[in-house]
Amino acid sequence: MATEHVHVARTLMDHLPVLVVLVPFLAAPLTVLLGSQRLAWPIAFVSSLVSFLISIKLLMQVIDGGVISYHIGGWAPPLGIEYRIDAANAFVLLLVSAIGTIVMPYTVQSIKSEISERHHTLFYTMYLLCFTGLLGVVATGDAFNVFVFLEISSLSTYVLVAMGAKADKRALTAAYDYLIMGTIGATFFVIGIGFLYAGTGTLNMADIAAHISTNGADRTIETAFAFIVVGMGLKVAIYPLHLWLPNAYTYAPSAVTSFLAATATKVAIYVLLRFMFSVFQPDFLFEINALRWIMIPLALVAMFAASLIAVFQSDLKRMLAYSSIAQIGYILLGIGLLSATGLSGAIVHLFNHGITKAALFMGVGALVLRSGSSFYARIEGMGKVMPWTSFAIVIAGLSLIGVPGTAGFISKWVLVQAALEQGWWPIALAVVASSLLAIIYVWRVIEVLYMAQPADPTRREAPLSMLIPLWIMALSTIWFGLDTDMTMSAARAAADGLLNGFSIGGTSVGH
Amino acid sequence: MDTNTAILLTMVIPAAASVGNLLLRNHANLRDGMTLGAAVATFLTVLVILSNVGNGTTAPLVLFEVFPGLDIAFNVEPLGLMFAIIASGLWILTHIYGVGYMRGNNEDNHTRFFASFALAIAAVMGLAFSANMFTLFLFYEMLTLSTYPLVAHKGTPEAISGARTYLGILMGTSIALLLVAVIWTYTIAGTLDFTTGGILRGHIAGPMVALLLGLYAFGIGKAALMPFHRWLPAAMVAPTPVSALLHAVAVVKAGVFTMLKVGIYIFGIDFLAETGASEWLMWLAAYSIIAASIVAMTKDNLKARLAYSTISQLSYITLGMALATSMGALGGGLHIAMHAMGKITLFMCAGSIYVATHKTNISQMNGLGRIMPITYGAFLIGALSIIGLPPLGGSWSKWLLMVGAADAGQQVMIAVLMLSSLLNVAYLLSIVGRGFFWPAASDAEPVKIAESPVLVWLPPALTAFGCLVLFFYATDIRDFLMPIVGGTP
Repeated sequence: MATEHVHVARTLMDHLPVLVVLVPFLAAPLTVLLGSQRLAWPIAFVSSLVSFLISIKLLMQVIDGGVISYHIGGWAPPLGIEYRIDAANAFVLLLVSAIGTIVMPYTVQSIKSEISERHHTLFYTMYLLCFTGLLGVVATGDAFNVFVFLEISSLSTYVLVAMGAKADKRALTAAYDYLIMGTIGATFFVIGIGFLYAGTGTLNMADIAAHISTNGADRTIETAFAFIVVGMGLKVAIYPLHLWLPNAYTYAPSAVTSFLAATATKVAIYVLLRFMFSVFQPDFLFEINALRWIMIPLALVAMFAASLIAVFQSDLKRMLAYSSIAQIGYILLGIGLLSATGLSGAIVHLFNHGITKAALFMGVGALVLRSGSSFYARIEGMGKVMPWTSFAIVIAGLSLIGVPGTAGFISKWVLVQAALEQGWWPIALAVVASSLLAIIYVWRVIEVLYMAQPADPTRREAPLSMLIPLWIMALSTIWFGLDTDMTMSAARAAADGLLNGFSIGGTSVGH
Repeated sequence: MDTNTAILLTMVIPAAASVGNLLLRNHANLRDGMTLGAAVATFLTVLVILSNVGNGTTAPLVLFEVFPGLDIAFNVEPLGLMFAIIASGLWILTHIYGVGYMRGNNEDNHTRFFASFALAIAAVMGLAFSANMFTLFLFYEMLTLSTYPLVAHKGTPEAISGARTYLGILMGTSIALLLVAVIWTYTIAGTLDFTTGGILRGHIAGPMVALLLGLYAFGIGKAALMPFHRWLPAAMVAPTPVSALLHAVAVVKAGVFTMLKVGIYIFGIDFLAETGASEWLMWLAAYSIIAASIVAMTKDNLKARLAYSTISQLSYITLGMALATSMGALGGGLHIAMHAMGKITLFMCAGSIYVATHKTNISQMNGLGRIMPITYGAFLIGALSIIGLPPLGGSWSKWLLMVGAADAGQQVMIAVLMLSSLLNVAYLLSIVGRGFFWPAASDAEPVKIAESPVLVWLPPALTAFGCLVLFFYATDIRDFLMPIVGGTP
């Protein structure tokens, strides 16, 4: 850390790394204290928007490979808590806050039909806490702090999922399952952190990394690695640790699913990346074996098994949930390839799949609003009565397949290229072969929407407050499929930063 | 107008027409008139590009840089320009025909139909002017997607299952094989720009060349090379104007056009000849030519027979590329034009028969020629051009292909082409023969001329005349195409 130089923060701009988390964190109790249903939404929206704007600013500061190190309360790390922003987490911050902000206008109409009236204020509180937790996990540079924020986001997520109980009581069991599995995951994670602390005597991630790279790894640290990967694997929904996901996504209110599908698993993947590449060193032999012989096979199984299950679903929401598990397989595959191209493919897919899935779940929510359910039998022929919603679903569906001109194509291109660079032909073919399954499951939906007569031709199009966020998402899947300047440079900078571990210095900002 | 603006306009005008169709959905005449205007405007814009050729080379039109060294970019080269002229010119005729057909036949959903149609043309224009394989792939997929609603148009279970086969094969092959081939090429050559002489020399050798060519040849499903040809007969459930323009001209020609582009600008004809990588493809194309012709003879449904005839004729073009000689490539290029003009005539005649009599099977068409002389006359001319008899355009491309085969020392291929001509005679002229000479089913009534509506019979009559005209201008087209093999006109 020789290149770091400490200077005292004087302006608000210097506090951005913590403000991005702090703004929604303070807004959450405010909604409860005010207790006003009318004020809850504006507070939630404004604070998400502020976080979003801060994230843009942060990404612009670090996209060229810079690092911002912020010391909470002016206490220098490793004793104090450090927030550390580089290209990798700034990019994820941007994804989370962008989705969180765009989903906001959508929630107004969506929760009216899906969440009981008396829970509306609490919904925004929980939403803001979840948002805070996810941003905090990403922004922090302290291993224990990751756990704290992870629990903030997880606990609020369980509540959010359970709020789907108005429409379907099974939301309660889904939330309960998620609670059990999520807690096991979090426990594994914190045990892993405990081992790390025992092995290195510090909780600051950069410090742990420095300790491991100078002193090498021992059994304690290897055990820590195993616990952390399995614990996070549960949160990521790595096949076969995915069992909580389909029910949680299916029964949660649509607005919640749109937000979570695009962010929660992505943040967990970020943590996995951060620990694998920055905290533990990628050249750590144990890790290479874990990646090559465990991660890649599991990723491949997810890509095929989950896609195949998705093909046979008869509920659109559940189909998309299984497709998420398959798409997470792609991201893990990119990580497992252990190259700069593979990693940037994984990171860009994390973003591209996030916006694609958000668009799809928003579309489903609009269908549910008008037809009451997302079963294929209930949404037949909706292409005629809800043309805007249906066409947005088609666009996002094409991105899910990876049709050129959409965001999904870009990430698949990079992944196939990464596999071919290493001469791993079977992997490249597996990526495209699994896309063929995606064609089938997406096309089933398109046929349901367009090739049947609507059951009730008097249904109306969804309200504008849902259509506009939906179309922002759908059009951004096309935009990021054509103009990859922002996404690919951020992904490349992030991949380089991760592969270099914490060796790059940064500007320290103290209080 | 400078060339780059014109290129952009050729895509923007049809795309705008597509949106305009949706906006004017309640004003049928205005909507169809607007599309006709757009078709004419697109054709004129392509002609502007043609008139600009030779005014010095312009820099390619770059819209986005997607990956380093990989742009969404467009430029003009002879093969693409010829394809654009054919597609945009025939769009005008097909649109007129389509309006007559859709109204004469009381089909539903005109707006969706014409909107998808215009979007497909926009995709074809983008494909024709693509400056690299990446851009071409983008428009290739866009063409598949925009034509899917056309194939599924009728919404019957038969149409849905046909459309499923259509989409499944075209998209499946393009993602599973073509995409891998494209990324492989990019990984080893570092570029995907279409370059005269190819970009692969020195980057790949041995049997891998043949493997890569195989990924391309099968990945380009639109070229309907056996065994990935089934989508074409499946797509014939579409209304006839779709079959006419899209499945005799735009979609299938996009396939063989891509095939030629890959052979000429990615591999390079000389590189293919040196490595012998395309020899297996030549034999496969020859097999496709003969096998599809034989299947065509067994088909009683007129459109199905024409579909198999198309599969056979498309393999002529693949064969031209696989021969790996300049003459073969030129013959393949010329055949794109000649077959387009001939086959669109045949399809429009089939539609004309359907509109007038609602008959689809050849066995029911006895004696129809005496009732519909103009339609059957146009059909005869189109058929003779496909067979390759002078004085019709098809004779020249077949001639060049044979010269190409001789240059390559593949005398067997000359025999294949001649045998194919004989088979063409058998399955195409028998239809005309039945029409004119066989007694009609109900001969009791006196024969009265009862043609289809004028908007339906006039376009095929014009394209039949076009087959004749092309015979006299074939040399000009060949000279125009010369630069693609590095020659000068």
